[in-house]
Amino acid sequence: MLRRIRLAYMGLIYLFLYLPIVVLIVFSFNDSKYATGWKGFSLRWYGDLLTDAQLLDAALNSLTVAALSATIATILGTLAAWALHRYDFKAKKLFQSALIIVIMSPDIVMGVSLLMLFVALHMDPGFVTLLLAHITFCLPFVAVTVASRLAGFDRHVVEAAQDLGADEYATFRWVILPMVMPAVLAGWLLSFTLSLDDVIISFFVTGPGFEILPLRIYSMVKLGVKPVVNALCAVMVTATVLVVFASQILLREKK
Amino acid sequence: MSRPNLFKSLAIGGTTAWLALFALLPFLLIVGVSVLTRDPASFVAPDLSLEGYRSIADPGFLQIFLDSLWWAAVTAAACLVLGYPFAYGLAKLRTRRKNLFLLLIIIPFWTNSLIRTYALIFIIKSQGLLNTSLLLLGLISEPLEILYTDTAVLVGLIYTLLPFMILPLYSSIEKLDPCHLEAAKDLGAGRLRAFWEVTLPLTWPGILAGTMLTFLPALGMFYVPDVLGGAKSLLIGNFIKNQFLTARDWPTGSAASVVLTLIMALLLAFYSGSTKGTTPRQAEDLGA
Repeated sequence: MLRRIRLAYMGLIYLFLYLPIVVLIVFSFNDSKYATGWKGFSLRWYGDLLTDAQLLDAALNSLTVAALSATIATILGTLAAWALHRYDFKAKKLFQSALIIVIMSPDIVMGVSLLMLFVALHMDPGFVTLLLAHITFCLPFVAVTVASRLAGFDRHVVEAAQDLGADEYATFRWVILPMVMPAVLAGWLLSFTLSLDDVIISFFVTGPGFEILPLRIYSMVKLGVKPVVNALCAVMVTATVLVVFASQILLREKK
Repeated sequence: MSRPNLFKSLAIGGTTAWLALFALLPFLLIVGVSVLTRDPASFVAPDLSLEGYRSIADPGFLQIFLDSLWWAAVTAAACLVLGYPFAYGLAKLRTRRKNLFLLLIIIPFWTNSLIRTYALIFIIKSQGLLNTSLLLLGLISEPLEILYTDTAVLVGLIYTLLPFMILPLYSSIEKLDPCHLEAAKDLGAGRLRAFWEVTLPLTWPGILAGTMLTFLPALGMFYVPDVLGGAKSLLIGNFIKNQFLTARDWPTGSAASVVLTLIMALLLAFYSGSTKGTTPRQAEDLGA
């Protein structure tokens, strides 16, 4: 009995999380300009989507920034975790506190502080500033993920590698990196997710010349969002779910 | 320079330079600008003043500030109440597909949170799904006006932040050793008492982490009131955003950011104090 109540409750929470997304997808097939009632099934918004260059550009920009920033943040974050684990250096305390500052500062504070930095450096808001900002807020999450895996390591592994003649780089590349690979991949995925999900920081550091999806939609919300956005979101959600399930199946087959 | 040293200096130097330039410098900038003077032409003039802090000491800002803290606290509390039984159920689930259920919590993150907030409009607007179903069921006779009210903002905040409460709760409940509960039962504790005196204290770190992860972001999520709320719903986030983008008053915006950061630091200090202080000792008491 108790177990049933528990399961029913869990179902309700999943419903709460997914219902808006499902309704959004349903309305992407609605043959009406206004989302007030159901006027019949139609694929017209999907047709419109194919010709809406601005919206498609924004979606592509979002994906580009997410993939690029996740990759660079993963490289830097992994190096940062290794540097903290392996070496002693003067700025170590400062280094650690900078990581903690980035993880813990509220997004809005990070957004406005980066805005001021870019203005001070005379950098025009756009692709580069957005990329720099996304790398910065993803980096510590990779560093923490990789560091937690490094923490459990046997120090003798490094000693053994060096006794066998590996230099610092070779030790990292051929011994450490393969061992921390799961954490590196997890860090990349986390960064990619954080970058795609971000609204607040992006809001302050990008300009009209380089628009990403959430900001395009944000600017539409006040004037009324066109149903073509529903179609785009439906495509994105479906693609996400397909990728996730495909990876689940692939992983299971590997086992 | 030999190659091993080159790698070492790249690993240390590269990442240190990055963090110094994009994390520490902006942080210092915000503290610096908060004690400068506003300048319409170039944002700030290099004259020291407490103007920024004086303008956030006024009752209007204090009201926003208190409202914002209140809404963030209500959001965190609601997420805890909604999330705890869910995380508990998830942790106690006896199935091989547990990871899949966990994944289902994370999937919505791949659709941007602004899109999810916008999707909520379909549910809560006056001819939305919620009202239509309630009217059909005869539970209400007039549609509920939720959209563009404070309630809508609250629903939006809970909707966006609930997964951040569930995940840390799940991992702390998952770690619970069932022996503790058995011991409590053997010592004569009822279900409720065992939960109150064993489960709850042992999952305290998860509760705290989840509260931090929902309370702090809630203060800054300006786009939730922008999309779902009326003109009156303001969070500190909306205030800071307006200072930078509309009023162009950098010192005031920076001062508000410094205050927000201080709150965060205080909460963090409290957090690390209470997780260090209580949990291990309580775990020891229980024979861990």
